Amino acid sequence: MGALGLVYFYACAALAVAGALAVVIAKNPIRGAMGLLLLILSVAGLFLALHAQFLAAIQLIVYAGAIVVLFLFVIMLLGPSSSTPSDGRGFATRAFGGGLFAIAGLGALGATWRAMGAWRHLPMASVEPGFGGIDAFGGVLFADALVPFELSSALLMVAVLGAIAIARGRQGLASLSRAELEVARTATAGGDPTGPEAGVFSHEIDLKEQPR
Amino acid sequence: MITVEHYVAVSALLFVIGGVGFLVRRNVLVTLMSIEVMLNAANLALVAFNRSRMAHAASQTYPGPSHTGQVFVFFIIAAEAAEVAVGLAIVLAMFRLRQTVRTDDADLLKN
Repeated sequence: MGALGLVYFYACAALAVAGALAVVIAKNPIRGAMGLLLLILSVAGLFLALHAQFLAAIQLIVYAGAIVVLFLFVIMLLGPSSSTPSDGRGFATRAFGGGLFAIAGLGALGATWRAMGAWRHLPMASVEPGFGGIDAFGGVLFADALVPFELSSALLMVAVLGAIAIARGRQGLASLSRAELEVARTATAGGDPTGPEAGVFSHEIDLKEQPR
Repeated sequence: MITVEHYVAVSALLFVIGGVGFLVRRNVLVTLMSIEVMLNAANLALVAFNRSRMAHAASQTYPGPSHTGQVFVFFIIAAEAAEVAVGLAIVLAMFRLRQTVRTDDADLLKN
C-alpha cells in the first residue's frame, strides 16, 4: 500500500464524486443513470481497497446488474416524458433547502476535522486472513445475523408483491386479457378446465378487441 | 497513507451531493437516484469503519475478525433493492395517473 494505493484511492474517489455530480446535474435521466453506474463501480473499487471483496461483488451484481437496469427500464418505458423541462417555479425554495443541507453537511465535516485536530489518524487494523471473503462473511451472516437474513427475504417478498400491486393499478379484472378472464371464470365456476383445448388460448385472443 | 478519515470524507461529500440532489431536483427518477447516492455514501462509511475496527469487537458465535459493518451494508443493499422496486412502481402508477414525473404535480393529497 504505497503510492499505488494512494493513486487508486484518489482515482476511485474522484470518479465516485463525478458520478454523484452527474446524477444530480444531468438533465436527461439516462445520463443520470450512467452517473449512478459510475458511482457504483467506483464505490465497488473502494470496497476492494477496504478488503470487502464479497461486498464489492454484491455491489456489482445487485446495483449495477439490477438496480441501474431497473432504472433504465423505467426511464425508457416513460420515454421522452421522463425528463422534465426546467422552469423557475419554486426554484428559490428548493435552492434554499439544498443550500442549507449542503452547509450543514459540509459544516459537520469541517467541525469534525477541527475537533480531531487535522485528521488525528485512526489506524487501520492489520488485515486478518480471510477478512471480507465469502467464507468469513458467510460464517458471520449465517451465525450472528441469521434472523435478519431470513427476515430480509420476507421483506423482498413483500416488496415484490407491493410493486406488482402498485404498478398494476386498481383496474382489477379490467386489466386482465380475455384469455385470463376465461381462466378465472372457469376456475370460479368450478367447471372442468381440462377440455379438449385446455391451456390453448391463442384462438380466443382477438387482437382488435384486446383490452388494454 | 490512506486512513479511515479519507473514506469518511469521501462518504460525507457523496452524502451531501445526494442530499442536495434530493432536495433540489424535481424529477422523481432523479430523486430516487439521489437516494441511491446517499445510501452508497452510508455504505462506504460503514465498510471503512469496519475495516478500521475489525479486531475490536469479537463476534458472538463466529471466531475471527468482526464483520458487523459489512453485514449492515449487506442488509442495506437488500432493503435498497426493495425500495427501488416499490419506488419505481409508484413512479409508474403516478405517471399513469397524472402523465408526469414531477414531484410538484404529485399533489393529490393537498387541500
